[in-house]
Amino acid sequence: MTDLLAARLQMAVSLAFHIVFAVVGIGMPVLMILAERRWHRTGDRLFLELAHRWARGTAILFAVGAVSGTVLSFELGLLWPRFMERAGAIIGMPFSLEGFAFFTEAIFLGVYLYGWDRVSPRAHLAAGGLVAVSGGLSGIFVVIANAWMNAPTGFDLVDGRPVNIDPIAAMLNPAAFAQTLHMTLAAYAATGFIVAGIHALHLLPDPRNAFHRRALAVALLVGAPAALVQPLSGDLCGRVVARRQPAKLAAMEGQFRTEVGAPLRIGGWPDERAGETRYAIEIPKGLSLLAFHDPGATVKGLDAFPRRDWPPVAVVHVAFQVMVGLGSVMALVGAWALALMACGRDLTTHRWLLRALVVAAPMGFLCIEAGWTVTEVGRQPWVIYEVLRTADAVTPMPGLVVPFTIFTLLYCFLGLIVVWLLYRQVLKSPAAAAEAMPVGARSREGV
Amino acid sequence: MTHSLTRPDVLAGLIVVALNGYVLLGGADFGGGVWDLLASGPRRDRQRALIAEAIGPIWEANHVWLIIVIVLLFTCFPPAFAELATTLHIPLTLMLIGIVLRGSAFTFRAYHNGDSATQLRWGRVFAIASSVTPVLLGVCVGALASGAVPRAGKTGFTAVFVAPWLTPFCLGAGALTLALFAFLAAVYLTVEARDVALQEDFRRRALGAALAVFVAAAGTLAAALRGAPLTARGLTAMPWALPLHVATGAAAVAAIGALWARRYGLARLAAGAQVSLIVWGWALALYPYIVPPTLTIAGAAAPEVTLTLVLWAVAGGALALFPSLVYLFRIFKRS
Repeated sequence: MTDLLAARLQMAVSLAFHIVFAVVGIGMPVLMILAERRWHRTGDRLFLELAHRWARGTAILFAVGAVSGTVLSFELGLLWPRFMERAGAIIGMPFSLEGFAFFTEAIFLGVYLYGWDRVSPRAHLAAGGLVAVSGGLSGIFVVIANAWMNAPTGFDLVDGRPVNIDPIAAMLNPAAFAQTLHMTLAAYAATGFIVAGIHALHLLPDPRNAFHRRALAVALLVGAPAALVQPLSGDLCGRVVARRQPAKLAAMEGQFRTEVGAPLRIGGWPDERAGETRYAIEIPKGLSLLAFHDPGATVKGLDAFPRRDWPPVAVVHVAFQVMVGLGSVMALVGAWALALMACGRDLTTHRWLLRALVVAAPMGFLCIEAGWTVTEVGRQPWVIYEVLRTADAVTPMPGLVVPFTIFTLLYCFLGLIVVWLLYRQVLKSPAAAAEAMPVGARSREGV
Repeated sequence: MTHSLTRPDVLAGLIVVALNGYVLLGGADFGGGVWDLLASGPRRDRQRALIAEAIGPIWEANHVWLIIVIVLLFTCFPPAFAELATTLHIPLTLMLIGIVLRGSAFTFRAYHNGDSATQLRWGRVFAIASSVTPVLLGVCVGALASGAVPRAGKTGFTAVFVAPWLTPFCLGAGALTLALFAFLAAVYLTVEARDVALQEDFRRRALGAALAVFVAAAGTLAAALRGAPLTARGLTAMPWALPLHVATGAAAVAAIGALWARRYGLARLAAGAQVSLIVWGWALALYPYIVPPTLTIAGAAAPEVTLTLVLWAVAGGALALFPSLVYLFRIFKRS
């Protein structure tokens, strides 16, 4: 294994691991404060129990997210020092802002998790609200930095060196809005769906369980609308990629030849050697229509780029198909659930919906992993698109297979422990939950 | 001072402020892990419970100071970050593994309730990681101070990637960092302890750690005279050196005196001052370099526009964060 490959794999493993915890850190606080607010409003203690339980899960996940995020901030330099040397002054700004947002998140998460009986109920809820807002902002700032790598702006290149640096223009890069919107919605959809799926699993054998019924309702309130509108933000992302990174779009779609009125390929396997995508279902003019909103538009194929500037086509295409496919399923399931809720139906009597929610539970996270594969692998061979090659950014440190192996083993181990702990702490039904509290009881108890 | 402070100087100073925050707060959390490892006597379990209670609500916020150090460094002084991350790849990676294991194990122990054998094992991981990580941090800080980080003119794996940090001086700096963190933690815990017996436990530990700090500091200084002439010169020959040493020594004596007299609030104040003065002494010994002996603060600085924006961001961030931090500590800490 070359050092470059080891460095890329270590970065991939670190990102793939951290993104799960980062997403939960954005989504779970929203679920917790919704549940806690309902408890304030209705006095129904099952909502308080729900907030407690979700908070326990969040505590475990947030801790692992905080330390794995620290690893990433160092790895930017440990693995890609030549990248940071050039990009730091241009794109360090959103990272600095993220630092402060994360600080706020960590402070108020401490208040939230440990302050149940130390601060007033209103202050507690407000602390949760601050965690939710700053968690969302942290994600947005980091994604802005990533968007800049795809659509670098805010500097001029003179003799290969960036000059006339404008960090604000870099933050307002053309990919920033679409990417941050897409990722923020993805975080809410993925968190909402995995929580909904877990509680749907409990409701299948026990549909009257009041605890899980409340949990399902709150989780769907967050997850379903996000999944429903996500295809629209995906369309926005796609069109930015079409304009700014045509080679990435060609890889996503398995488009080898430049074509007027290019078809949309669903599925299929791109064969880089033969220069064609086999076994795909083709919808005539579909890609031109989607990418440029014009059925006659010309879509650049990979043949428009020198071979050394191609991203790995098969990986990007398959990852994109996975993301779009699973994302579509989530949007449909979300629409189904929302339609039933809008009609005032009892979701737990629709067993096929519960089953669909169980199946869709992990899909949000699979979509996120696949989507980041599209973004990151699709940007190759560049670390800063058309400015700096990944191969020129890597550290001169030899033997990078060693840290790659260590971090991979460490993260596999931690991942197993986290799953086991969540199973014990959060997934098992609370013993007393079957005895429902009267829903209409409006007296607030305790505290 | 012969010249006024430039904008890069101010930002370098802010990085030291953040590092100082990390040492005083995050450092003490690591020190807590050291005392978890060394917990002993009839009150062993209560010592551990007190440490966990003291760290629990705040360690994640305390940890963010390190992230602030890193992002300010790579935004404002990108070449310095690139050079440090390249040469110190090995100790930094080991430190990260320590950070990951410390944080994860602490949380796993807290939530693995009902199974005391497993909790004990996680506690062990937490304690060992807490004890090893500060040594590696100190090694990196020492390597920077000794002027061995720049790669120019070096060839071969050992010369570039190992020799700069595997020196008696750097190991001394590592031991000193560990002793300082343990000292801070023990002093803080005397304030946090609710009963006299536990207070006495940590008072004895604080006094022991103070002795360890003294030994490690003397050893490091001796190694500096031989192995890190740049630091040694900074720490002895500069005009500010003597007043700084006097102030540091006075704070140390005050901390020990207050511990002796069981005036724990005062001891906490003096210990904090002592450790902060050591951090600033280290920083001043580097000045005007950021990666001695080649990269100066002015030479490594990002363009003015970036520095100005970061200053605004820090000002805004501080305005929001300080009240929040005060709020956090008022809820969970005794004054």
